Amino acid sequence: MSNSYKNRTIRICRGTGCNSLNAGEIHETLTKLINEDNLSQFISIKLTGCHGFCQVGPTIMIEPDNVLYVNLKAKNVKDIVEQHLKRDEIVKELLYKDPKTGKSIKNMEEIQFFHEQYPIITKNCGKINPENIDEYIKEGGYNSIKKVLNGIEPIEVIEEIKKSKLRGRGGAGFSTGEKWDFCRKAQGSPKYLICNGDEGDPGAFMDRTILESDPHSVIEGMLIAAYAMGAEYGYIYIRAEYPLAIERFSIALNQAREAGYLGKKILNTDFNFEMELKKGAGAFVCGEETALMEAIMGKRGMPRPRPPYPATSGLWNKPTNINNVKTLATVPKIIEKGAEWYSSIGTEDASGTIVIALTGKINNSGLVEIPMGTTIKQLIYDVGGGIPNGKMFKGIQTGGPSGGCIPEKYLDTPLDYSHLTNLGSIMGSGGFIVLDEDTCMVELARYFISFTQNESCGKCAPCRIGTKRMLDILTKITEGEANLKDLTKLEKIANIVKKTSLCGLGQTAPNPVLTTLKYFMDEYKAHILKKSCPALLCKNLIQYNINEDICTGCGVCLNNCPAGAISGEEKKPHNIDLQSCIKCGICYSMCPYSAIIKENPKEELVIHE
Amino acid sequence: MEADKYNQDVFQDVSSNEKNETDSILKSYNHEKENIISILQEIQERFGYLPSNIIIYISKQLKVSSAEIFSIATFYSQFSFQKRGKYLIICCDGTACHVKGAPLILNFIENQLGIKSGETTDDLLFSIESVACLGCCAISPVCVINGQIYGDLTIKKISNILQKLMKRT
Repeated sequence: MSNSYKNRTIRICRGTGCNSLNAGEIHETLTKLINEDNLSQFISIKLTGCHGFCQVGPTIMIEPDNVLYVNLKAKNVKDIVEQHLKRDEIVKELLYKDPKTGKSIKNMEEIQFFHEQYPIITKNCGKINPENIDEYIKEGGYNSIKKVLNGIEPIEVIEEIKKSKLRGRGGAGFSTGEKWDFCRKAQGSPKYLICNGDEGDPGAFMDRTILESDPHSVIEGMLIAAYAMGAEYGYIYIRAEYPLAIERFSIALNQAREAGYLGKKILNTDFNFEMELKKGAGAFVCGEETALMEAIMGKRGMPRPRPPYPATSGLWNKPTNINNVKTLATVPKIIEKGAEWYSSIGTEDASGTIVIALTGKINNSGLVEIPMGTTIKQLIYDVGGGIPNGKMFKGIQTGGPSGGCIPEKYLDTPLDYSHLTNLGSIMGSGGFIVLDEDTCMVELARYFISFTQNESCGKCAPCRIGTKRMLDILTKITEGEANLKDLTKLEKIANIVKKTSLCGLGQTAPNPVLTTLKYFMDEYKAHILKKSCPALLCKNLIQYNINEDICTGCGVCLNNCPAGAISGEEKKPHNIDLQSCIKCGICYSMCPYSAIIKENPKEELVIHE
Repeated sequence: MEADKYNQDVFQDVSSNEKNETDSILKSYNHEKENIISILQEIQERFGYLPSNIIIYISKQLKVSSAEIFSIATFYSQFSFQKRGKYLIICCDGTACHVKGAPLILNFIENQLGIKSGETTDDLLFSIESVACLGCCAISPVCVINGQIYGDLTIKKISNILQKLMKRT
């Protein structure tokens, strides 16, 4: 073999996002070509977790050139091998193009989506192979637990975490150090530690990404927490909808055990800790700590009143501490770099960073980590790259079904716990959904209530019955059947459910309704008084028509209409029979000429209040 | 009707094969009652659903009433008491998918297959289920068919996918 090539490492993202866009095929093709061309002595291929920019997946990153290729298809792999790996020429067509300037960008850091971020707990995500403990150790992993076991007293660990002002990243934002302290002081043994990976909020995938991409950081965080509060046994509860996270975390657990980080006499000290993974079985309410403990004990996951708090009486009535995945993943970083460093990031109210799953009507959707206190505007327009297709921004839903909808006029609000609470929303665990002019806020409120109603465990009446009644009224509004009295009733029930429900699920379920009532009353009124849906989304209040000037009579709509409501001769404008149209929207999305129009019915309807 | 669906195989004896499979699952969890959710998950993985006669068998082995096991199994949405189709189509209706048109996609699949979400076609080929979020929000709207994730769906895309599956059968 006469040829010699530059030594390179290719990092291929194998997160859930890229996998679903055929990263597996690209990985295989790459491996095959490199073997065929005898390049394997120069090129190594490394599987990694997700770096967050799922929008442009599948991606690969070539080092040390620091070049990111995006939106790959299997057929592109050959060009990369021939041009980049063999001839040292960058394949320009496969680089990321800035949507604003149209310029190709070679280095990951120069892409605006990454440029604005501040990765602390997602630092390893997309960089290391999550299925190999050595790569985590090479990045300084398990140094923090070594440091702690090497002479830091448990109480000092807790003081350090208190000093860092770390607040629980699961949503409630309680001081992590305080929480640990309660459990440490509690009487009873054994003590349990639980990591809550039951990320059930629709529109959130922060925990999934961390579990898939850097599982050892969570294990190390748990070790430090367990040492600090004197827990001997731990559980991680991961929802069943996350098969890859379960697989990768199981691998990580085995490797950590083999390497001596779990079990008896960890690192030759007197510290013992063992843990196991429990798979969730599909129940949103199990994200609530008391419900989650019931599920771990093999029961129906129903919450119970607090007190007693888990710190004094949790699993099998023993002292138990529950933390979110992100909270625990932050802990090793604080121990490594110190509380002062951590509390210098973010705001007075909330230190550190926030990991956000940014999705919905946004150009750059994906996982981002930004300092607390970044404004909503910066998040949407700098990191997120704005709203696609030139549409207008309407609002942002924070905190999933437990949070609220924030309208445009509050775009300059800094993201932290107190500011969001003041607006009637919550920080939640970090699922942020951007909404544009095509989103109907009433329908969105109905969607969230239908979700919480469905997930309500049924134990307490306000949540069980209240959410059902709210759903009835919201459905009536979206169908154009409601009157203004219903609106008053809706608000009244919402406030009762909020004040009287047993657990967090019911107490926060009305937030989407209350905030949309507060900020988008116009839309509710349009549905009720004008019987029209301004966003043209509510089926009962819109109709489809064909623009005869544009229709070419190609027949695509006619052939695909499930109701047989479309008629017309070939090559002549077609027509929709409004009586038989079921408003499924298939013609609208399939028409190659965009000749189908969606509109509010023309005839003036009788307005009755 | 609702009751019938849980009772369809109550009176069938557990075959020796089923008994062996179940015993080995129970054994791997030390016959511990607190592991009931994990046990049911493995039973479902092995048999595709939770056959009622096996639940009754488990209740005898663990000395827990079958009512209690049913009460746990019905609480969690993951469990199914009916045989499911060869192709299980899971449609995500999480927030991100919802605002990007997931209801239209689900509606289209339901129309194409002539069944509603939660049902199985008579020929046991297709089942449809709707879930709240699969966590693939960046590529929404999303469907999962037998573990394979399909993202950035449009009606055209899902129509092609369904046609391919129908041809394959």
